[in-house]
Amino acid sequence: MEIDFSKAPVEVKNLRSQFGDNIVHESLDFQVGSGEILGLVGGSGSGKTVLMNTLLGLKEPDGGDVFYFGQNRSSLSYKDRQSLNNIMGVLFQGGALFSSMTVRQNIMIPLREHTDLPVPLMRELADMKIHMVGLPAHAATLYPSDLSGGMRKRAGLARALALDPKLLFLDEPTAGLDPIGASAFDQLILDLREAMGLTILMITHDLDTLFTICDRVSVLVDKHIAITDTLPNVMKHPHPWVQEYFGGPRARAAINAGDGAGAS
Amino acid sequence: MSAEAITDSMVVPDFQMRVEDRRLYLTVLGPWTLATIKSLDARLAKDLNIEDYQDVSYDFESLTDLDTAGAYILARAIRCTPEECYPFHLTGNSQGQKILMREAADASMGRAPTEARQWFDVLVRMGEASERFLKETIDNLAFLGVFFMVMIRQMLTPHKIRWKSVVAHIEDVGLNAAPIIMTLSFFIGAVIAYMGANMLAANNLQFMMPELVGFAVLREFAVVVMAVILAGRSDSAFTAQIGAMKMRQEIDAMQVIGMDRYEALVIPRALACIISAPILTFLAMISGILGGVIVTWIAVEGISPRFFMERFSEMVTLQHFWVGMAKAPVFGLIIAVIGCRQGLAVTGSVESLGKRTTQSVVQALFAVIFVDALFAVFFYQIGV
Repeated sequence: MEIDFSKAPVEVKNLRSQFGDNIVHESLDFQVGSGEILGLVGGSGSGKTVLMNTLLGLKEPDGGDVFYFGQNRSSLSYKDRQSLNNIMGVLFQGGALFSSMTVRQNIMIPLREHTDLPVPLMRELADMKIHMVGLPAHAATLYPSDLSGGMRKRAGLARALALDPKLLFLDEPTAGLDPIGASAFDQLILDLREAMGLTILMITHDLDTLFTICDRVSVLVDKHIAITDTLPNVMKHPHPWVQEYFGGPRARAAINAGDGAGAS
Repeated sequence: MSAEAITDSMVVPDFQMRVEDRRLYLTVLGPWTLATIKSLDARLAKDLNIEDYQDVSYDFESLTDLDTAGAYILARAIRCTPEECYPFHLTGNSQGQKILMREAADASMGRAPTEARQWFDVLVRMGEASERFLKETIDNLAFLGVFFMVMIRQMLTPHKIRWKSVVAHIEDVGLNAAPIIMTLSFFIGAVIAYMGANMLAANNLQFMMPELVGFAVLREFAVVVMAVILAGRSDSAFTAQIGAMKMRQEIDAMQVIGMDRYEALVIPRALACIISAPILTFLAMISGILGGVIVTWIAVEGISPRFFMERFSEMVTLQHFWVGMAKAPVFGLIIAVIGCRQGLAVTGSVESLGKRTTQSVVQALFAVIFVDALFAVFFYQIGV
């Protein structure tokens, strides 16, 4: 399959999702630009994870279309969908590492499935990914249960990057990390985008992350995307949820911190 | 990464190298990605091996695409002494490619640990297994001790026992297991009768069929079949239930809230097993003897069910029934305690849940048969 990387990596048109009578999304339109880091925010239960699962192909849309690099998902063959999946990586909230395998084996899984490289080379590439996400070399032979929360996220990220994806989905990457670990993770995401030319869509509630690394922010309220724009413009949006979200004490603290960092 | 990259992806990746003044000039052509490097890896390594140089200068002018895998292969050209690596230079590269190359160079320097296997691993594993067996036995006995402490405490305040939970477990452990246990026991009774029919008939002792079936089923088979099914069905379920709770920190939450894990989880299950086991054994005895009666009726001439039952009530005394029944609550207790202990021993990983469940069933079966043997010695000594 030929993929035109000049087209928008992800585009959603008129999406409808529902579970029984409960409509989660209705006429939702959404676009992720090439090479950008897009933050997705929305209240609990607003359907952020459902949207991400739809984009990952874990859930079929109940209406509307999803496009990757200009190609409609529903019109693709099984084989084309598979090769599309290979250019997408995802970091689930808890890391979702296979607990019966070491970190290195976890990272080798996508390589084993989709390439026919010699095993020693796969092992070396896995070790390189471990190095790239900032894990110590001895983490390679540890099991996920031996890792701390932050290390598990890094290991999950290394597995997501195993096949050098073009498109990376992150579900609350900094949730559960301490502020120092969280900002180190933010920096890591920036570095990896630079090195690997990634397009990143992340669900996050971490205001610091939104302020420091997201190029644009999308707000999911009332079953659709109310606005997608740079953060200062999003904050001017009149929707009461947006005003409350960015007008709260936590947000003000993050804005002030961001200004301070900018000045110095 | 760009539109051109795709149209050029048909081009075969390649490289050219020359050495001048102990510096390697490596010109890289085409796309160097995960999909294309397979053919290059061995060739590049071989060519690099025969060259003698220190620094590397890469020319990326004709490189169309580079990912981490390609960068990693290229970084192999960088020569290192034990202390440090010689520098490398890039021309015609983008900023991203420079970062990738630096990452790759760093990654190829630090060697990650490897797992090695030794010839004496077999002995080590045997030793570890023996040690584990000993520790498990001690832990099981310790758990049993704690269990009895809590049990006595609860017996003094019976209203504190979670009777609702006990009844719910009895439904699952006892009632729901009854059909399968009765079916299996029926078959066991039938098998004993078939085997005995040939042997006894050869010696003209057909009239002793009731004793054979009665002794075997009442004393041993009914209660052992019950214990085997209980171990396979309920013991594994206990371990899985409690283990899953442990994995999701539910047990920790209970502890903090002030619920005793023994009172809330172990005692109700143990009581359910202790109460259910004799009832199930009784049902197993009935269906086992029924199986014997039917087979005897079919296979042995001259012994009608009526004759069978008359001789049965005459020859098979009540003490054989009690020998079987006495073992049932003990087996029930063993099974519940082992199931609960293994469940509480589960740690964070999915693998440990599976391991503990397996171990739980194996230990329960082992303990049941072992204790059954002890009972046999005991009953022989007291002469019943």
